[in-house]
Amino acid sequence: MIRDITIGQYYPADSVIHKLDPRVKLAGTIVYIVSLFLFQSWIGYVIATIALFSVIKISKVPFKFMVKGLKSIIILLMITVIFNLFLTPGETLIQIWRLKITKEGLMTAVFMAFRLIYLILGSSVLTLTTTPNNLTDGLEKALRPLNKVKVPVHEISMVMSIALRFIPILLEETDKIMKAQMARGADFESGGLIKKAKSLIPLLVPLFISAFRRASDLAIAMEARGYRGGEGRTKMKPLIYKTRDKMAYIIMLLYLVCMIVITRMI
Amino acid sequence: MAIRIENLSYVYSEGNAFEKKALDQINLIIPDGQFIGVIGHTGSGKSTLIQQLNGLLKGTSGKIFYNDQCIYDEGFEMKKLREKVGLVFQYPEYQLFEATVLEDVCFGPKNEGLSPEEVKERAIEALNQVGLSEEYYEKSPFELSGGQKRRAAIAGILAMHPEVLILDEPTAGLDPKGRDEILDQIKKLHTERGITVILVSHSMEDVANYVERIIVMNKGCVMFDGIPREVFQHYRELEKIGLAAPQVTYVTKGLEERGWKIDTMVTTVKEAKNAILKSLGK
Repeated sequence: MIRDITIGQYYPADSVIHKLDPRVKLAGTIVYIVSLFLFQSWIGYVIATIALFSVIKISKVPFKFMVKGLKSIIILLMITVIFNLFLTPGETLIQIWRLKITKEGLMTAVFMAFRLIYLILGSSVLTLTTTPNNLTDGLEKALRPLNKVKVPVHEISMVMSIALRFIPILLEETDKIMKAQMARGADFESGGLIKKAKSLIPLLVPLFISAFRRASDLAIAMEARGYRGGEGRTKMKPLIYKTRDKMAYIIMLLYLVCMIVITRMI
Repeated sequence: MAIRIENLSYVYSEGNAFEKKALDQINLIIPDGQFIGVIGHTGSGKSTLIQQLNGLLKGTSGKIFYNDQCIYDEGFEMKKLREKVGLVFQYPEYQLFEATVLEDVCFGPKNEGLSPEEVKERAIEALNQVGLSEEYYEKSPFELSGGQKRRAAIAGILAMHPEVLILDEPTAGLDPKGRDEILDQIKKLHTERGITVILVSHSMEDVANYVERIIVMNKGCVMFDGIPREVFQHYRELEKIGLAAPQVTYVTKGLEERGWKIDTMVTTVKEAKNAILKSLGK
């Protein structure tokens, strides 16, 4: 049951995209998102589609997994489409009572829908091909200049990676405690709101206790191994750009230039 | 009155990259009143198997019958099954949550919908069975020692009067004294109340001293199923899957290899002693 929830949703596969430096993927995602908002014409969509689908193909992640991420924005998508469809002024196509569907409205609605879908798909490529730890590592290194303005970049990324690391652990723990209490006849599903909330006590108390215990164990384990913050700390796997990362940057740049030139010319 | 498992298979996360077959075509009959040990290496499917028995996990294919009724039938009362098949998880002390030990043990019978008097009566009876005396009733479960916590948690299941008691590694992380106490108390419950006990463990010594039947799990399948002394004769195969026979089996086997005429079908220290004395002609 709870085991089936995926958060961080990394999909392990052996592909070039998986091996890329997380900073490249971060930059790529940003470039892609920006590019989506650069153009107005259909040719831009064609290029964005080709780019997106070739990246997905290379990443070896089944398309089915990508689509999963779209479920969460379905409502947002519908609202956007409906508002654009009915509220854009212009040449009327169909009129039902006082609701007008205009040619311009139809165009914007379709384009906006594509934009949103591509936005989500593009960013799922990042989360599906990068482990959470790798991602925070990348963020830490990319944001390092902020250290100069006294932002504790290392500490923030450490907190982030620990939090991410603990999500599956706590999910498993929740599953275990739930089962243990169900074996004692606990019922988490039926009853009204108050009864349901009350039935959570046998779950939450042990869960919190275990979370605190784990946190304190982790703190001791970190100190025992000499952890004292980010200063002077080196990495076991330092992020260093390789040839493929440089290639990826060049491809990204080409894509962006292409986008700008073509959409401006046509 | 028994549990019957037919062609049971179970697959975790079916249909994605994390798919894992945990149980593969299991067929077992667990008659009433048996004391059974289930052993297997980590990941052999033993924990998955026992969670099937009270319906916490539902098999991907196959059937389980409790008293000749299929537990997957529509309208089958899972809650009743969970009262009858009590499952004590690994590290059960992590499920304690009430303010006092007594209240925590009351949780199970309370969920059965019994009257407050009966609930309390059952809780006290269960606490007696695990050897926790009155002075602990009003203590917070978190003040107890590791072994006492575990006993309180086991009492929480016993208070539901199960007909089948399943324990997943009940001695993990306990010192030898705590381990023996808990196992002795379980043995006593088995003899006094005649309930079926299924003990999951990877310690051969634990199992050998108490159970009358051993089921060895490996990679989701039942590898051996029989009385301990027979199963331990396969000690070479057991070693291959990361298990071992009790130390005394090795002693007698070693003596036999050195030319002794000795009975190697021993599982406990006492039996080994008798076999050695007999072999020496005393």
